[in-house]
Amino acid sequence: MAMDLKEIESLIKEALIDATVEIQDLAGDGNHYSATVTSSQFSGKSKIEQHKMVYNSLKGKMGNELHA
Amino acid sequence: MDENTKKLIQNHIDTNEVCLFMKGTPDAPQCGFSMAVINMLKLLEVNFQSVNVLEDQKIREGIKTFSDWPTIPQLYIKKEFVGGCDIIKEMYENGELKNILADKNISYKKD
Repeated sequence: MAMDLKEIESLIKEALIDATVEIQDLAGDGNHYSATVTSSQFSGKSKIEQHKMVYNSLKGKMGNELHA
Repeated sequence: MDENTKKLIQNHIDTNEVCLFMKGTPDAPQCGFSMAVINMLKLLEVNFQSVNVLEDQKIREGIKTFSDWPTIPQLYIKKEFVGGCDIIKEMYENGELKNILADKNISYKKD
């Protein structure tokens, strides 16, 4: 199942208000994306915690609609 | 996730100092992200054990709940969840992966 790039961007920005998000569709299939997310809310958090914050913003789509 | 699956996963993590949950095998990875982690471990000459989640649907889904992490591959070093492909890649590039291996007394190629 594929997902639209804009949809991913808006979900991340909804959860991490001050985030800047840069997304690339790696394979051009709407299924493999690279997202670079910058947010002040990441400060003091471990990498695992930061990734989890982004995964959580995608509301369960990571691992389902998105490749896992 | 049922108790048996949880025990099975815990057992893999407990009995293997470096344990990689991946898609496919080290010689025939079935996913680019799994392959990337394998390549880094091979370059560092780390002795690791892999678990092919494609062979067991319960582990494939169970490991996501177990680690509270939605994607595969997942790397455990001495029972600690270190991360998925993106994190491992970043740690490989900035030297943190070597630091963790050294801290945890896992042998790897030093230079």
